[in-house]
Amino acid sequence: MNPIAYQAGRTYASPHAHGGGKGARAMFFVQLALAPATLFGFWLYGWPAFFLWLVTILSALFFEFTCLRLMGNKTPGRVLCDGSALLTGWLLAMTLPPWAPWWIGFIGAFIAIVIGKQVFGGLGQNVFNPAMAARVALLISFPLQLTTWVAPLPLAAPPSPGWLESLHIALGQAAPPDAMTSASLLGYARSELARGADLLQAFAAGQAAPRISWLGVRAGSLGESSAPLLALGGLFLLASGVIRWHAPAGMLAGVLVPAFIAHAAAPGAYLDAQAHLLSGALLLGAFFIATDYVTTPITGAGRFIFGLGAGIMTWIIRSLGGYPEGVAFAILFMNALTPLIDRCTRPRVFGRTRAGEALEAGASSGESA
Amino acid sequence: MSTNAATLVRDGLWNNNVVFAQMLALCPTMAVTTSGANGLGMGLATTAVLLVSNVLVALIRGIVSEQARIPVFIVLIASLVTVVDMALNAWLHELYKVLGLFIALIVVNCAILGRAEAFASRNAVAAAFIDGLSMGIGFTLALVVIGLIREMLGSGTLFAQASQLLGANFAFLETRLHDRGGALLMILPPGAFAAMGFLLAGKRVLDERLAPAR
Repeated sequence: MNPIAYQAGRTYASPHAHGGGKGARAMFFVQLALAPATLFGFWLYGWPAFFLWLVTILSALFFEFTCLRLMGNKTPGRVLCDGSALLTGWLLAMTLPPWAPWWIGFIGAFIAIVIGKQVFGGLGQNVFNPAMAARVALLISFPLQLTTWVAPLPLAAPPSPGWLESLHIALGQAAPPDAMTSASLLGYARSELARGADLLQAFAAGQAAPRISWLGVRAGSLGESSAPLLALGGLFLLASGVIRWHAPAGMLAGVLVPAFIAHAAAPGAYLDAQAHLLSGALLLGAFFIATDYVTTPITGAGRFIFGLGAGIMTWIIRSLGGYPEGVAFAILFMNALTPLIDRCTRPRVFGRTRAGEALEAGASSGESA
Repeated sequence: MSTNAATLVRDGLWNNNVVFAQMLALCPTMAVTTSGANGLGMGLATTAVLLVSNVLVALIRGIVSEQARIPVFIVLIASLVTVVDMALNAWLHELYKVLGLFIALIVVNCAILGRAEAFASRNAVAAAFIDGLSMGIGFTLALVVIGLIREMLGSGTLFAQASQLLGANFAFLETRLHDRGGALLMILPPGAFAAMGFLLAGKRVLDERLAPAR
């Protein structure tokens, strides 16, 4: 039960140097990076979004605490302070429709923490990204609730629901009025394509067609509305050294390059690169999900391959699949391939060639040892 | 191996349960337990085959040579499955349509060959009978419990369509808990693994609690 790597004060195998950082510090930085986009989302979608976010995070902490207690951990409170459960809940809330009822967040947190993480042995042991696993499970289980998007109603604007009304929406007692629901850009494109329409005409004609918005004032989940703020958070993480550039770069390239080529070849059948970049969970996925320490490859090359694969998969699902959005599926798919990628990108062992032969140059220290 | 009747029954139902202890026959367990009624039908069909095959194997255990026993057992089981397959097709056609291929696949249900090989071929007819019955009922219970949990969480019903699948006499089982539907995932294959995993963990915990302090 006690992973070797966590035993304090002892180093095994490769030369390691301790940077003085802790897991909790990395988690805190990621939360800091998520904050601007989250706050913008609260402003955009009003109080129901805040309530859902709160319920999801509290449920995640509750399930983490309960699991640790059940598994005989004597100090579950201290483990909670590492912030990983909080971050999982937060990331999950970012991918949910802002006006979804409270039990969506509650069940999602259960799937993420219990089935996605603790069943595998807790932090560092899980195969799949817990937030994405929960998101996919929710999407498959409750397709209606997970695809009901509200049009943005900034908090100060008159039609935005007040405190009490918001509580009713969050408790699932009042559904968002039809006039306020709206299709996301990717969903609109998918349904237009499904009825055989040409994308260029579909977006040029209808009043109902969602517009691309660089600012992010449009329907969507907390974590996909504001592309600039998400990108800002991602750049902050890059600059502070919490994440490295390989996975985000791979993922963005994996989506944008095929999108650019396909749109240039057949603009009526494929969305352009800008729409792909600004829609859905691509930026959130590239900067916050594909850079998860636990479920992605170890080496830089491996992470780039991971990101590239996730990006290409995302583009394929968005453009050719049945679902309008594919970031969560793509990430889970690449999570499953992570051990294989790690195997193929194993770094050369010190003092040996890539094939594992001992290097000839230098003194043979093997005999003296 | 004890042939005490009480031990055999306890083994079949709990200690050595086909699904939760031996971890055998997981393919039909996962595949057909989308509802309680399906699980019950599949469990009963398997029990019938298991019971008769156990008795027949115990009867012929003196005649069949060591080298030829596996093919002989399989031919026996296959004949029984064919009978059950045709009987279901004739009298419980709705259930037959739902379970479909999985009826025929009882032939390769490792639990049945496992009991023939591990128990019936080494024990007397009476013991083999009790073993087959209790193993079969234990299997049926496991399937019904998994099926009910998945059905309850997945569609908010218990034993839905029991009257159609199992006959009008089972209509009393049908319960509708609520009309809000449920988590579709529980009806899909991942739901089977999740339900199975949590039940298995629950049984282990219970066994640990119940075990006398050493």
